[in-house]
Amino acid sequence: MTETAPIIQFQQVSKHFDAFQVLKNINLSVQKGERIVICGPSGSGKSTLIRCINGLETYGSGDIFVNGTRVEAAGLAQVRGRVGMVFQQFNLFPHLTVIENLMLGPMRGKGMGAAAARKIAEAYLARVRIPEQADKYPRQLSGGQQQRVAIARSLCMDPEIMLFDEPTSALDPEMISEVLDVMAELAETGMTMLVVTHEMGFARRVADRMVFMDFGEIVEVAPPEQFFTAPKSLRAQDFLQKILNH
Amino acid sequence: MRLLPLFSAFLVLSGCSANWGWYVVNPATPQGYNNLRFMLSGLVYTVQLSATAIVISIVVGLLVALPGLSPNKWLRGLSRSYVELVRSVPILVLILWVYYGLPPVTGITIGVFWAGVIALALSDSAFQAEIFRAGIQSIARGQYEAAYSVSLGYVDTMRYVILPQAIRRILPALGNQLVYMLKMSSLVSVIGMQELTRKANELVVSEYRPLEIYTVLVLEYLVLILIVSAGVRWLERRLQVDERG
Repeated sequence: MTETAPIIQFQQVSKHFDAFQVLKNINLSVQKGERIVICGPSGSGKSTLIRCINGLETYGSGDIFVNGTRVEAAGLAQVRGRVGMVFQQFNLFPHLTVIENLMLGPMRGKGMGAAAARKIAEAYLARVRIPEQADKYPRQLSGGQQQRVAIARSLCMDPEIMLFDEPTSALDPEMISEVLDVMAELAETGMTMLVVTHEMGFARRVADRMVFMDFGEIVEVAPPEQFFTAPKSLRAQDFLQKILNH
Repeated sequence: MRLLPLFSAFLVLSGCSANWGWYVVNPATPQGYNNLRFMLSGLVYTVQLSATAIVISIVVGLLVALPGLSPNKWLRGLSRSYVELVRSVPILVLILWVYYGLPPVTGITIGVFWAGVIALALSDSAFQAEIFRAGIQSIARGQYEAAYSVSLGYVDTMRYVILPQAIRRILPALGNQLVYMLKMSSLVSVIGMQELTRKANELVVSEYRPLEIYTVLVLEYLVLILIVSAGVRWLERRLQVDERG
């Protein structure tokens, strides 16, 4: 990877929830097109970390830059236009049909006309392989289908960065792979991705770098082969032992 | 609903007894027909008054509820104070205050109709605000986050994502308020509004038949409110089909 200006940069970022420190001195640079998988025990600050990138969480001290723009209240609309996000609980809009879910962002967030938005929505729905579900409501779909709709909804905004916050944790086991496959395909297109997940098979297959967090700190950053075969820190060894041998 | 035939049967049967004088409202006689027409002529005002007041109270209620959900404690305090203040004034008192009290203070003369609308709307807006607050608070945080992450601002998020879902949830409560408003509009008769209750009162004064006339008045409200309730239920069903499929 050529060293250019990073697309995402964390500089000395810290955050407290009252007395509890959720993020401790985070420094992390992500290059355009990089695929980062973030793992660690629950409560280690992984979700908080990626939610800071599009301003769903505020941070106490330090700086986060997305494409050179500091993430803060003032420039938030600009940052959010570039960053897509997929949530654990899908968070589809239940009162809108699938196609309306996809069209809302382009129309209201980007001011696009209905016809253009529909065209884009249909294209992405086809890409996540559920074009036939366009006029259904989210409740009528399986969890895996809902999560694919959520991915398509984010892609309709034409983001440069995609954030995934435990995208398969709420899914039944048999639906996990259909979502991971869509994510792997997305990775092949050169999308910059930050994925919080416990799916280590996916991480091994897709990630350029693994980021291991514990107690609000980044403990270890390493390429997947190295991380999975010879983790340096004791905490990472301990964590991997627990999740790989259960 | 099932009690309705029973109730009418009771009225018909008791009409046979000498104590009743149904002739005053018997449409078969010219006198009864004219009396009924007179009573029903109040209907249009009752409906206009309630409908105008409910629309205003919903708008004001929403405008009061939104700052009540703000992270800013001053905005929340403002919303809270409005609700507590308005909620603690009895409607009848508010009607008298608006009609007799407001003109000397503001120098503007308010007609009976608008005084009634203002008083009813003001009074109800505090309750509407609480209903909206509860409805909006019941929507999961993830809905805001998803809307923000596809670049929607606060206003669009409210308009296209949060309120459509919140309104579906609070529809039964809004229906309640509408029924309540229809009934409370009878209080505006005290300042001379020619609505259903006022018409009945005037007729009682000339005919001395309170039992029959007020019974008809009860039936007028009953029918009106049953129609409104059916309308609200229809709306509820329609909106839920949307969501459940």
